[in-house]
Amino acid sequence: METEATIATQASAPASSRTLTRMVARVGQVRELGLLVVLLIVVAFVGVQQPRFLALGNIEQILQSIAIIAIVAVGEALVILTRNVDLSVGSVVGLSAFACADLLKTHHDLNLWLVFAFGCALGAALGALNGVLVSYAGIPAIVVTLGTLNIYRGIDFAIAQGKQVNAYDVPDSFLGIAAGHVLGVPLLILAAAVIAVVAAYLLRFSRQGRQIYAIGSNPDAAQIVGIRKARIVFTAFLLSGLLSGFAGVLWASRFALVDSRAASGLELLVIAAVVVGGVNINGGSGSIVGAMLGAIILGTIQSGLEILRFSPFWLQAIYGAAILVGVTVDALITRRVQRVLMAQRLR
Amino acid sequence: MKLLRSGVRRLDIWDLLLVGLLIVILVLGSLQSPYFLNATSFSLIFSNFSEKSIMVLAMMLIIIVGEIDLSVASILGLASAALGFLFAAGWPLGLAMLAALAAGALAGLANGLLVTRVGLPSLVVTLGTLALYRGAASIVLGDRGISNYPDAFTQFGYGSIPGTPIPWTFLVFVVLAGIVGVVLHGSWVGRQLYAIGNNQDAARFAGIPVARIKLLLFVVSGLVAALAGIIFTARFSSSRADNALGFELDVITVVLLGGVNIFGGRGSLLGVLLALCTVGALRSALGLADYPDQVQSIVVGVLLIVSTLGPNLVRRVQVAWSRRRVAPEQALSQRSTP
Repeated sequence: METEATIATQASAPASSRTLTRMVARVGQVRELGLLVVLLIVVAFVGVQQPRFLALGNIEQILQSIAIIAIVAVGEALVILTRNVDLSVGSVVGLSAFACADLLKTHHDLNLWLVFAFGCALGAALGALNGVLVSYAGIPAIVVTLGTLNIYRGIDFAIAQGKQVNAYDVPDSFLGIAAGHVLGVPLLILAAAVIAVVAAYLLRFSRQGRQIYAIGSNPDAAQIVGIRKARIVFTAFLLSGLLSGFAGVLWASRFALVDSRAASGLELLVIAAVVVGGVNINGGSGSIVGAMLGAIILGTIQSGLEILRFSPFWLQAIYGAAILVGVTVDALITRRVQRVLMAQRLR
Repeated sequence: MKLLRSGVRRLDIWDLLLVGLLIVILVLGSLQSPYFLNATSFSLIFSNFSEKSIMVLAMMLIIIVGEIDLSVASILGLASAALGFLFAAGWPLGLAMLAALAAGALAGLANGLLVTRVGLPSLVVTLGTLALYRGAASIVLGDRGISNYPDAFTQFGYGSIPGTPIPWTFLVFVVLAGIVGVVLHGSWVGRQLYAIGNNQDAARFAGIPVARIKLLLFVVSGLVAALAGIIFTARFSSSRADNALGFELDVITVVLLGGVNIFGGRGSLLGVLLALCTVGALRSALGLADYPDQVQSIVVGVLLIVSTLGPNLVRRVQVAWSRRRVAPEQALSQRSTP
């Protein structure tokens, strides 16, 4: 943690350590390059054994199944960059998916824009509650979101009462959204890409985006230099909820069959994607591009296992191992940078 | 006796609030059903909570040194799966139980090594192993369930000591709680744990083997979770990969509700025991009123958040109160919550 703080201050100091800035930037690039190599290895390995894995249709399928996770991962990355964590995303996706599907079941001819607005608003409200408890009540994020993970899922259960919404309960036009294409590109992939690009741009170039990194690198220092820490952290949780709510509507549209267990355990997959993608779990460093690569790698591994007829029971263990490998690699890189820094200071 | 007295002195505002909450739950529960408060149902309530209560004891120690173990429920599942797998493969039950305990200890050791040697935050490590160990359990068992355990074994799970309404598992809990009480409140080891939780670096400079103690605690946590796995398997006479899914919520909630600070360094066994009774009574009262598990979790989740919010507020009130009585400059020097 201290390294990142020093890196941040050193990097902002002109001239004195331009090489350092370059090195830090390179670490980020190397990280993303490494992810690409891993991705290529996985694709090549599976592709050699099962050539149909490389068919365009299959790749589209894989990307489509990753899209929803990627959207949630964007929000999770924002939260983790501020040195917090949001464990409730799976429950928010599930609650939003069921609420929207149930809404369409009872109001068959509802405008679909309204359904999306409802899902997003619901997610944003749930995220805002997380944010208020973390930012303004001063409760650690892990406690808050472990609590709301269960609260939101419990509400989902209480509403559903064991019922489920089936494909024939909702209008075809709603199911058509997730299956839809714009200019030949599947809508789901387009949505995820647009969200990722916007988020990456804002993180890189907007003032609030830079403040997110500052808070994650050193919360106290950020506060002292006048960054409104509470407000930014609150916003990160709000956005995480909003994106999860949006992803929930897409989930309902894609899978058609929704019950109160939808998307349970999704938070592990999402956090794994973000962490594998090189976002530091202690906040302050990492990128949306990395998180997206992480999501794509995990999704590719998942469908690779399916196509190689591995038992699905392996999946969860692999997500867990991926989280551990991701954070270990990150810790080693951080330690390396720290050592270089020490050497430079001694010189 | 000295132990008891120091325990009583620790009874602060938060503990009194807990006692009040417990009484309210007991009154409401017995209004709802006349069976709520008799001895048989006590043993039933405890039985339902027997795994969680022993896991709470280990979790409490881990949180006091400023770490956390989210993987306990998965280790429980892994131990239960290992037990079932080996038993079904023809191992004698005793040996299979030992192997399950060893699996739990190893799982805890892996957590501990990643935290103390690699230097990763325990939150992420155990989040990863939460998935990894649960995944390992389902690799071992798939969607099979092993259930033909001998009677003597299942009797240990849900039976009582002959002639009394006291469940066998309660005996296990009392022994473990006694050990934890003596270690934490009556020995130098306990003081070291608080020292680590309060200021890890200072503790290290004072010569406390911080890394070794933390490693040991993670192993203990894994071992206890595996023991809980054996109890769970005996109680339901069944090994399944998804045994005890999500139990970590209740375990962590009880510890925090008991007044243990999530950042470490603060908390007592007495408070945690009170919280254990409170959450146990609450779950069974809600169960009697026919609320399903997941809906009960809403209340437990709220309790978890309130239990961290509460002590913050209580301390803020205490500080304000003492500020009114003591001269302002003295109040300033008192420890306040961040």
